[in-house]
Amino acid sequence: MAKQRSFPPPAAWPGISWAGLFLLAPMIIVFIYSLLVKGVYGGIIFEWTIKNYERAFDWLYLQIFYESLKLAALTTLSCLLIGYPVAYVLATATAGTRNTLLVLLIIPFWTNFVVRTYALKLLFSEQGPISQMGISLGLWSEPIMWSNSSGMVWFGMLTNYLPYMVLPLYVSLEKFDFALLEAGRDLGASAWNNFWRVLIPLTKHGIITGSILVFTPALGEFLIPDMLGGAKVMLMGNLITEQFLKMRDWPFGSALSIILMSVVVFGLVTILRIWMKEDGKLKPEKA
Amino acid sequence: MVFRMLRLLGLRKSFGTMEAVKGADLEIQEGEFFSILGPSGCGKTTLLRLLGGFEKPSSGQILLDGRRIDQLPPHQRQCNTVFQRYALFPHLNVWKNVAFGLQMKAIKGQALKTRVDEALDLVQMQSFADRNITTLSGGQQQRVALARALINRPKVLLLDEPLSALDLKLRQQMKIELLNLQRKLKQTFIFVTHDQEEALTVSDRIAVMNEGVVEQVGTAQEIYEYPRTNFVSQFIGSINCLEARVNTFTNDSIAISSDFKRNFSVRAPRDGLRPLPQVQEGMKVRLMIRPEKFKILKSAPTLDQNHIEASIKEVMYKGPSTQFLLQAKESPETSFSVSQSNSALTAKKTFGIGDRVFIAWAPEDCILMGSENALPVHESSPALELQVG
Repeated sequence: MAKQRSFPPPAAWPGISWAGLFLLAPMIIVFIYSLLVKGVYGGIIFEWTIKNYERAFDWLYLQIFYESLKLAALTTLSCLLIGYPVAYVLATATAGTRNTLLVLLIIPFWTNFVVRTYALKLLFSEQGPISQMGISLGLWSEPIMWSNSSGMVWFGMLTNYLPYMVLPLYVSLEKFDFALLEAGRDLGASAWNNFWRVLIPLTKHGIITGSILVFTPALGEFLIPDMLGGAKVMLMGNLITEQFLKMRDWPFGSALSIILMSVVVFGLVTILRIWMKEDGKLKPEKA
Repeated sequence: MVFRMLRLLGLRKSFGTMEAVKGADLEIQEGEFFSILGPSGCGKTTLLRLLGGFEKPSSGQILLDGRRIDQLPPHQRQCNTVFQRYALFPHLNVWKNVAFGLQMKAIKGQALKTRVDEALDLVQMQSFADRNITTLSGGQQQRVALARALINRPKVLLLDEPLSALDLKLRQQMKIELLNLQRKLKQTFIFVTHDQEEALTVSDRIAVMNEGVVEQVGTAQEIYEYPRTNFVSQFIGSINCLEARVNTFTNDSIAISSDFKRNFSVRAPRDGLRPLPQVQEGMKVRLMIRPEKFKILKSAPTLDQNHIEASIKEVMYKGPSTQFLLQAKESPETSFSVSQSNSALTAKKTFGIGDRVFIAWAPEDCILMGSENALPVHESSPALELQVG
């Protein structure tokens, strides 16, 4: 048996100190704040309390939390449904086509996120080109306002997060041995069986990675609902931002953050446990 | 008349402008170990994929037991494939890999268990049933691939270079295993390989392919001793080539002249595999002799043998045999490759570089060919049975 390393190797020190300084320490500060009392003018009073957590379980906040979960799940699912065929095409294309498609996929990243989202808002606004084009084509008679709705928030999330789903899926599919599908066909597997019993199980690491990369930020997203949802869509991310910036209630905002984070971490660990257990002794595929 | 189980009629396949298979006609018998041999890119894998159903032919037909199968999907053909790198499902264990084909046919419970265990038993992998594919060695993976393909009881088993992924020692062993399995099951095997030695040792018959064309079909011996084309003669083993001209001929011997003072005589071997071709006086021919047919002698042979005076340029010891490279005395630009087996008897008269010797060969060991392909033979000759595919 190899010697157990009790101390992290020197090469890991920069990483560990980085994570400790900029990830762990702030999290501890947030956790401490969540147990304190809000000052009258926005500061904090060093008095221990769990009132902030009790308040978070108010029906109003639970509803917002439920809406956020629903939207994040919907975004993840739609990214998966759209992203999988895209990744499949990418993985099976010839080298030339594949490079072109990959560049097209990555180009949106070159534009600032806020600018991109604002462009989307303009594109689908009442006076926007799509609304106007529909009128001139006779598809509808009056300008249509798509922005400022939860549907538009979903669409904004979808366009923004799609590459995060496609890239891990592409990595998985690119490593997939397509001779396995021929073997499946040879043994009498229908297209459906080949998909569910060969392709999906062997690309599940890409599916998990992509879903995590989409779901986690989507759950805490506040800019897209803010810009595309108008004042109508209030999600967890907006709620937390509001506590810090508008309400000046840092302890309550911290409590909400800690709850959100715990739910995400708990969910992730559970999913990873279940999926990885099925692998048994299989070497985990790096996605 | 033997039952022709699988027939390929004028089978063609093009990818765009590239014609991979240019009209293959083959008849394969039931229980035959049939090899398709050729260099990479000769179309042999495409031919196998046409049989397996992974490609549709551009034209032509495939008949299995008289039924057309070339348009059917793979699983309706009663052909199963052992893939080049086995294509075993890495997320399933050995047992589940083998069971896959039956599960797709909705076979469940005891029937499934019995047949999977039987198949694993056949390839001696029953003790590995719970193992993961990734933990198996190459040879074990091949056995699983065989069991997985055979469990559907195909009429024809297609093997796409199944030994190429293994190292030399294991390849030798798996070759024997494959042959034993085929004999035991009396199963029709179609085996694609680029390794001539592999094809020669295991096959009942071999089809040699080059550039999309089946150049010759025959037993290993026929293909080696009676190559019908230049390509076959050079691809299978090595061969010495001499441009020559027909001088005189009779019913049972041909005298040819070349750059050498002496005429060489050509006769048909008694086994009837290689009858004398039809020739005319003055006709240009190509004389071909396998390296092992030569004998190196210290003095000119007294018997009625063809011989040439030569000097040894190179000696390569190869274990079972020694290969010599010789330069002819009368025609220095002509060199011969000669292979002599190393036995205790010949060991004493080992020759060295620079030695002046005679190389002799029997008139029966000559192969005469036209400039490209074999010359036509007399109608009465038995070799007509071995038509080119």
